[in-house]
Parts: sequence; structure tokens; C-alpha cells
Amino acid sequence: MVGIVGYGSYLPRYRIKVEDIANQWGRDPDVIKKGLLVNEKTVPGTDEDTITISVEAGRNALKRAGINPKLIGSVYVGSESHPYAVKPSGTVVAEALGITPEVHIADFEFACKAGTEAMWVVYNEVKSGELQYGLAIGTDTSQGAPGGALEYTASAGGTAFIFGKENLVAEVIETYSYTTDTPDFWRREGAYYPRHGGRFTGEPAYFKHVYNAGIGVLKKANLKPQDFTYAVFHMPNGKFPQTIGKKLGFTKKQLVPGWIVPYMGNTYSGSSPTGLSATFDVSKPGDLILIVSFGSGAGSDAFVFKVTERIDEVRDLAPKLKEMLDENKIYLDYGKYAKFREKIIMNE
Amino acid sequence: MSSPKIWRQRIERYRLLGQKCKDCGKVLFPKRLVCSECGGREFDKEPMPEVGKIITYTTVYFGPKFLEQDIPYILAIIELKNGVRITTQVVDTEPKEVKAGKEVKFVFRKLKDEGKTGVIIYGYKAQLC
Ligand SMILES: [Zn+2]
Repeated sequence: MVGIVGYGSYLPRYRIKVEDIANQWGRDPDVIKKGLLVNEKTVPGTDEDTITISVEAGRNALKRAGINPKLIGSVYVGSESHPYAVKPSGTVVAEALGITPEVHIADFEFACKAGTEAMWVVYNEVKSGELQYGLAIGTDTSQGAPGGALEYTASAGGTAFIFGKENLVAEVIETYSYTTDTPDFWRREGAYYPRHGGRFTGEPAYFKHVYNAGIGVLKKANLKPQDFTYAVFHMPNGKFPQTIGKKLGFTKKQLVPGWIVPYMGNTYSGSSPTGLSATFDVSKPGDLILIVSFGSGAGSDAFVFKVTERIDEVRDLAPKLKEMLDENKIYLDYGKYAKFREKIIMNE
Repeated sequence: MSSPKIWRQRIERYRLLGQKCKDCGKVLFPKRLVCSECGGREFDKEPMPEVGKIITYTTVYFGPKFLEQDIPYILAIIELKNGVRITTQVVDTEPKEVKAGKEVKFVFRKLKDEGKTGVIIYGYKAQLC
């Protein structure tokens, strides 16, 4: 058996309300909120980035795994907001977590699915017997251009999973991946904000790939939507995961614990992994959970997990996602938010 | 501080890792060559507790360039359960929230970046519990 031995998330304490962004740009807040089904989003502190969020999420995963960090043989950080263009995020993360130096490290990128990509590789490394434990992290501190549609949702946060063969919290039952070349969303080297390819964003990108990955993994695992307790789909906004969930045959109730986007926005590579983390927080032994990510470009990774009895032992060993969403929030107005996210041009 | 020195100190800065004197048991952070209590020169590694409490603090209105966006920010002396005192920034808060005696936990943050094209220095800061 191969699966997750420890999981952990981290969210910044800062928030901005969608209505404050809408008011800044002269839009109707109610129309925007209803259209996106997002109320507020997380904002990273001025001293937070993909590396710091990955370290905090990694520490929480280690607390639940209860293993010696030196036994971790791979560290993969998936993000589209690595602080350096050249110099891996993973080296700082692994050193801070006490994993170095006998470890293989790489940074992954694939728009919003870099996190599940890291999970995919670590899972297969452990399964092949190459590793005793591996650490996969999905984190982002994504930016949307001021006044653009993505500014309402692009948020910050991350989740870490330690994979292994013993003392599992959740066993991997099946995996499936579905990918094509689709120009729905991109950012060129050196460009500050990403762009999206208008009519490519919905149907031919998100819905096609998430649907096919979902159908594919159900078929491969010989399971039906009714067999699952919960399902998590990538959350670029509140509506997309609900629409695709329904199309695949899942009920709203199955989506509830992992549907965190209204309260935190879209954390890109951290989106579906953090939804999975929130779902583990409330799941019971024996529960089947489906997760399907989506990354523009475009592709989806799907995993079927079966929760084990160890969930009850580890749940309280690190902060739960609901606590991070609800407690110690600090709201920013648009001016402070613009300063925090360096949207104001300063003299050098 | 030169970059090689900052780099050599990264482990204690990343992991809040100090030392314990093999002769008298005194816990030291940051690391030293000689024990401040007994003059001993042999130490074991000693991880610091994850939480502490604020002993005293000051609100900073004129800081270095890389902290300009944080002004006004809080600099505090924090005492850990093992008696070690650490001076660091208290983040994610307003000056009116900070009081002596309040509990803090240590968090991993960017300490400094040497301009937009320079290296980024990471380490611990404190956050109200
Ligand atoms: Zn001594």
C-alpha cells in the first residue's frame, strides 16, 4: 500500500473582500460575487512567498506524519510563483525542514496543477521502491493584473503531502492523467501578470480536461460517483467545480468540505491540494475521496484516496484548514492591498 | 553582514537551532564558541521551543529599505520557556494588538532581499498566537 502519511496546509492571515476590489474598479460587487461565488481571498504578507508558505505547510505535514525528516528522499515544490527564476524553491524548503542533504529536489511548474504533479511523481517514486518517504507541495502567491478578472480570485496558500508505505492516513487507490496542448492561459518569461486566451478558458480547457480525467479515473478504478464520500475539483472560482461536479454525477454535499474557494480565493497550485487537506480534516476511516486538479496549458491529474483509521490519530496534530480560514483574519483595504502586492510604482 | 556569514548561519536561522553546554547544561541561542555560564567549549544541538512570550517591544517608524512596506512594525524581545531571549519582528499585527506578556509562535519568513535582483534571506520571525 502506498499513500499519504502526513498532510498539512498553510494560509496567510491577510484577506481582502471581493467587494472592496469591485468598488475600486467601479464594478457592481454583487454581480461579481454572484458570478464568481467568491466572497474574499487570502493575501500574503509582505514577507511571505511560495518558499515560506511551503515551509509552514511542510512543518504541519511533518507533525502529522511523525517521521524523521531525514528519511524523506524527494522534495518537489509545485508552483507558478517560485520566487527565483533560477534557483529552486525546494532547496530552501528542504533545508528549513531538516531534510537535506541526502535528498532529490526539483521545482515543478504546470500552471495550477503543479501541486498534483509533484504528488504524482512522489507517489510513483515511493511505489517503485526508490524512496521510503517523499514530500510533495503545491503552493502559490499568484497575482492578477489590477482591474482584471483574475484579481478577484488570485490568492495565496499551500498544502504539503508526505507519501510513504507505512502508517498511511489515506491510501492511493487509483490515478489518471489527461493532457492536451491548449492555449487557455499563459505568462511569458519576464512578463509580470499572466494572460488568458478568451474563449479557450472555460469549455475547451477546464471542463474538457477535468471531465475526462474524472471519467477516466472512475473507469480505471471501476467506481461510481455514489461510491465516494467526497470530491475535490480545482477551484478557479466557486462555480466551475460545482458545474463539473454535477456533470460528473457528484452531489453538492460531496463537494462541501473541499469547496473552500468562496473564503480564500484560487490558490492556483495550492487550490485542489488545499481542498483535499480540508476534506481530510473532516473525513472518517473508509471514506473514498476523489481529487481532480487542472492546470492551464492544459491538463488534469486525478487521484482516488481511501482514508484509513490513522486519520483520527493525526487530525489534531496540526492546525485544521477551517481554523486557518476562520481565525486571526486581518482585512486589508484596496490601498493597503496594492502596497502589499507591490502594485504601486515606487522610486528606487 | 556579508553573504557567506549569512549563509553559514542559515540552519540556526531556518530551524531555530541552538546549543546546550555539555558541562553545565546552559542553553544558548544563537550559537557561540564558549559557554557564557561556565566557559565550556563543547555543545549538543538544541532545538528552541516553537512558542515564547513578549518581554518588551518597540514600534519602528523609520526602518531599512526592505522593511519600508511594513512601517510601522514591531520589534520585540521574546523569552522562551528555556530562558533564551530572542529579538525579532512580530508580524501580521497592528501596534495596538501587541502587549508585553502576549504569547507568540515562530514563523518562517523572508527577512531581507538584496533588491529586486538580489538573493533572498529567509529565517524566523514571530507571530501572535
Ligand atoms: Zn556551560
